[in-house]
Amino acid sequence: MLKDITIGQYFPGHSSLHRLDPRIKIILTIVYIVLLFLVKNSAGFAVSILFLVVCYMVAKIPLKMILRSLKPIVPILIFTSALNVLFVSGDHPIFDWGVFHITQEGIYTAVTMSIRVLCLIAGSSLLTYTTSPIALTDAIERLLGPLKVLHFPVHELAMMMSIALRFIPTLIEETDKIMSAQKARGADLESGGLMQRARALIPILIPLFISAFRRAEELALAMECRCYHGGKGRTRMKQLHLGVVDGLACGVMVLTVGAVIALNFLPIPW
Amino acid sequence: MKTLVIKIENLTYKYSVGTPFEKVAVDNVNLEIEGGEVIGVIGHTGSGKSTLIQHLNGLLKPTSGKIYLDGMDIWADKSKLRQVRFNVGLVFQYPEYQLFEETVYKDIAFGPKNMGLTEKEIDYRVHEAAEFAGIREEVLQKSPSELSGGQKRRVAIAGVIAMEPKVLILDEPTAGLDPKGRNKILSQIKTYHEKVGNTILLVSHSMEDVAVFADKVLVMNKAKVFAYDTVENVFARSEELKAIRLAVPQITNVFHRLHEEGYPVPENVYTVAYAKRKLLATLAERGKLPNA
Repeated sequence: MLKDITIGQYFPGHSSLHRLDPRIKIILTIVYIVLLFLVKNSAGFAVSILFLVVCYMVAKIPLKMILRSLKPIVPILIFTSALNVLFVSGDHPIFDWGVFHITQEGIYTAVTMSIRVLCLIAGSSLLTYTTSPIALTDAIERLLGPLKVLHFPVHELAMMMSIALRFIPTLIEETDKIMSAQKARGADLESGGLMQRARALIPILIPLFISAFRRAEELALAMECRCYHGGKGRTRMKQLHLGVVDGLACGVMVLTVGAVIALNFLPIPW
Repeated sequence: MKTLVIKIENLTYKYSVGTPFEKVAVDNVNLEIEGGEVIGVIGHTGSGKSTLIQHLNGLLKPTSGKIYLDGMDIWADKSKLRQVRFNVGLVFQYPEYQLFEETVYKDIAFGPKNMGLTEKEIDYRVHEAAEFAGIREEVLQKSPSELSGGQKRRVAIAGVIAMEPKVLILDEPTAGLDPKGRNKILSQIKTYHEKVGNTILLVSHSMEDVAVFADKVLVMNKAKVFAYDTVENVFARSEELKAIRLAVPQITNVFHRLHEEGYPVPENVYTVAYAKRKLLATLAERGKLPNA
């Protein structure tokens, strides 16, 4: 059920990927996403997929976890692929029927786009699997640090993010509980038309909102009791330091990007 | 004559099957519950008691094993599952957080409405349930948010009672309440049981509550049934209970010690009321002795 949602879930471990500086991990993830869009041919895709597979193996994340994080986007992927196959026009038609043209280009676009999206999700999931939410927001705060000069509320933003991340599992658990409680009173959540289903959500959403507000109030009070007043003058318990592993990771990434760019010049048809 | 209401056969439930977080929450439980009984369910947090009771109304599907309600396997026909939920009313922990309607009346009516009853029948049941739960007439038109914690909880309990379930399960109905709210809820449930005579399962951390309230006690420990017997028989095994870090009622301990020290008191006492009677009788007898 709801507990099966794994996007954004941290998967505790001690691999070198887990120990990587979170700032480096965020930057490398962004580089990887850019890389996915630099790829021009199958050799490049092979390299970027291989890179991801190796990363997952190093992080010791089981295959099942990856598949589960990819599952929710499969319908969207199928839908957009179908659109691409049917409507992208090109010089190499395979099949023509009214407004539908199936072309080699269409199929090519559908396949490459699917690979890109899958790698993108799997790649960014790897970031959240190997980085605890706290480390993640800490890193974001540091990376956005220079914006403080422009009076951008970096600390507040990071704090909001870490609170939001922290409460996702709590709220999921709460939703599960409320759903069970209403089901126990005969609430029917599984059948009926769209309107009926939407109405069936009211008994779940209202208690959920009430409890979310209650929690927010309690949390604000608890923070105030511990004299929280923004990021000014706040020091950190865990200082971030760059180490050898971080340099190594950057090196590997640079090599991969270089390889992909070089492969783009290979004279292969697709 | 007693009839079997719920029968659990080799019930096992595992959480998160196929992930590194897999955990056996209920391990091969066999249980028979008879009509009209009040059963206290005790055990540590994580002993599987909450998971177990969520099986009884089909909220959780057993990993293996069967649950029979009135001789019918509740998972045999999925379309009848809702019917099972009306027959086995489950009040969760902190049920006040599930209230959502604008008025107390509407919230209590939610269950009966889902059963598809007529307006008249719903109205009757709401008033009856409110009375059982000790909710006054004028409170019915108030918003749940105006009520105190104890009142809210009684409204939530009334919401389940209004379905007139054959079996009523209460998961720690007194958790987090002050002694007054706690006594009120317990005595209301007791009156309800005396009037309706249905089966009640009461999950509790309080041995005192269980001793006063229940006919039988089910002790869960590490996902298994540790003991399932009458109150007397279970609390007589106080040494074993202590070994799994569960305590017998305080008054039982007091009388054990008194008995050991050689005072003429019964060895097995479970409720304060009974203890008081026995003590007074003993004292009265002593009073008659010439040199006392």
